[in-house]
Amino acid sequence: MAALPPYAGLGERVWWYSFRVICGLIFLFLILPILIIIPLSFNAEDFFTFTPGMLAFDAEAYSLKHYVTFLTDERWTRAVQNSFMIAPAATLLSTALGTLAAIGLSQGTMPYKGAIMAVLISPMIVPLIISAAGMYFFYSRIGLQGTYAGVILAHAVLGTPFVIITVTATLVGFDRSLTRAAANLGAGPVTTFFKVQMPLILPGVISGGLFAFITSFDEVVVVLFVGAQQQKTLPWQMFTGLREQISPAILAAATILVTFSIILLATVEILRRRSERLRGMSPG
Amino acid sequence: MTDATLGGPSRAPSREEQAAMAEKSEGGVMLAADGTPLKLSLARSLRRKRLRAFLLVLPLLAFVLLTFIAPIADMLFRSVENQIIPDNMPRTVAALEEWDPAESELPPDAAFEALVLDMVEMEAAKSHTRVGSRLNYEQSGMSGLFRKTGRRADRVEGDYRAGLIAIDEEWGERQTWTTLKNFSGAYTLGYFLSAVDMTYGETGEIVAKPELQQIYMFLFERTLWLSLAITGTTLLLGYPIAYLLANLPMRTSNLLLILVLLPFWTSLLVRTSSWIVILQQQGVLNDTLVALGLIDDQNRLSLIFNQTGTIVAMTHILLPFMILPLYSVMKTIPPSYVRAAKSLGATNWTAFWRVYFPQSIPGIGAGAILVFILSIGYYITPELVGGTSGVFISNRIAYHISSSLNWGLAAALAVILLIAVMGLYWLYDRIVGIDNVKLG
Repeated sequence: MAALPPYAGLGERVWWYSFRVICGLIFLFLILPILIIIPLSFNAEDFFTFTPGMLAFDAEAYSLKHYVTFLTDERWTRAVQNSFMIAPAATLLSTALGTLAAIGLSQGTMPYKGAIMAVLISPMIVPLIISAAGMYFFYSRIGLQGTYAGVILAHAVLGTPFVIITVTATLVGFDRSLTRAAANLGAGPVTTFFKVQMPLILPGVISGGLFAFITSFDEVVVVLFVGAQQQKTLPWQMFTGLREQISPAILAAATILVTFSIILLATVEILRRRSERLRGMSPG
Repeated sequence: MTDATLGGPSRAPSREEQAAMAEKSEGGVMLAADGTPLKLSLARSLRRKRLRAFLLVLPLLAFVLLTFIAPIADMLFRSVENQIIPDNMPRTVAALEEWDPAESELPPDAAFEALVLDMVEMEAAKSHTRVGSRLNYEQSGMSGLFRKTGRRADRVEGDYRAGLIAIDEEWGERQTWTTLKNFSGAYTLGYFLSAVDMTYGETGEIVAKPELQQIYMFLFERTLWLSLAITGTTLLLGYPIAYLLANLPMRTSNLLLILVLLPFWTSLLVRTSSWIVILQQQGVLNDTLVALGLIDDQNRLSLIFNQTGTIVAMTHILLPFMILPLYSVMKTIPPSYVRAAKSLGATNWTAFWRVYFPQSIPGIGAGAILVFILSIGYYITPELVGGTSGVFISNRIAYHISSSLNWGLAAALAVILLIAVMGLYWLYDRIVGIDNVKLG
């Protein structure tokens, strides 16, 4: 798809431009639905569509009232609190366990690697509704259903495959002679891990952690079954909001979440570039 | 990995010479620095390394087994478990063992007596309603029959058969007793039969359910068709985008890739709600069409809460999962092949179709299977935008868990779905490889 060559015939020219128009339309399809809710969230009316006033850029047609609802209504504030309690706890758990396991798995001497990998990755493959059903049955047997602990454990296990995949990918480029050099210079395994290995794989660990965070933060199905009313998270509140009482406060929540995901995406991108640069520096 | 004691070939004595020397001096065994035989010492160090690797994986393995694999195993168990009947009605179960519904219309008198005794006991323990609702999943009316019989069972004396039939004529029907007999075991295939629209007939044979009650095969079929449709639309929209991204200069394509990654990172609920906002009757799209005069105000299009809504919203949600694998395969296709084809006289179309496209098939396979796997298990989006005609089998599973409380059937449906996903995943592993999963 290089630039259009000067000798291109008419048909080729037409196709070249129409292909770009088609691609542009598909990009619009991808991005427009996300952007369209941003102006709508400032609607002064309780409508889900643009009012004539909004289209005329009348200042009175815009307001922050849905944001006020989002920030003051007890249902929304509680949901936000719950989300910011459950997601970090689950992230911490899955990042710690996942990083350790990824290091073990990438040692090359790991016995039964294929089978273990299949078990560890399975939470990502099994459809959420099946995981949710199984967890609901099992957690109600052992008394974890409807508790914060149950939701955190469930979200942590859903996040671990992402940590394993990202950290393993970082470890592929990790130069093993660095740990040997550290050991040669008299560092113990623990010092080697924290002073040599960890700083180098940190970008992978952090982006794995971000994946785990977003998995928990955005998860509805499992929390719907494993949690009870007290554990209602932000996506759950949006889900009930959409299903039962459609209130434009959802659009305010959605706008805030879009901003949030832009920040997360930027962080992951920066980390990925940094990791590639770091790995480029080390030989091999 | 080579140990210093082995020595390199550049050193003065060659390895053979060294070994010969060692053989002379140590009696055939090569020793490590600490005096133990080298072979033993290496094996020990390898074992220690393996153990350390395993110990690092162990915490997570235990965690996943406990919090994830155990629930799945529990669900498998629940889909066949039927302990409640033999636990609560031991006498009836024993008495019905001898009876063959194909031979005689009704079971022997002993079974009637056993049922009355069991019923009195269950009534005292207040468990007859639970047993009744369990059997109600298999034959409607059982719940009411058990409640009614439980109330009056203690008054039945003498002729148990006549007494029971006097309480309710259902006890004189063969079907009632066949159902009891078919579900008297501690384990049953009944849930799986229901999940594929089958049931036990009057004499215990397996028959199809009446036409009006057949819903699950239809739902499985619809899930497959809608998932195929979604896979098709994502491929149709994703292929040009991936092609464009793979063939643009790095700087531009990285910038455009953000447009793909942003939806990927945006909350599922946000994307679903924006489609509701856009597609509903008083929504943005319909308003625009009315304003442009393309449709009447009275004839607004119904684009959501039906199959159209499910397909549009899920195509948007799953599109990045198609574009990213396609893009990563297309990036590795060298442009020289297409150029060579063109220089040999191929038209643009031939060069693309005969040279470029075949090389992109691995990407199509990976993306298509990924999207298909993800969509057949989708729950949230079909639930919110699918109305009644656009829901999947997963919505039925959720319904049985939280509304009808028929957990056994929910588990059986989930197990069938799980087997389908595992089969597809095995295929994905064969084509792409489990280790090649990449994120972002």
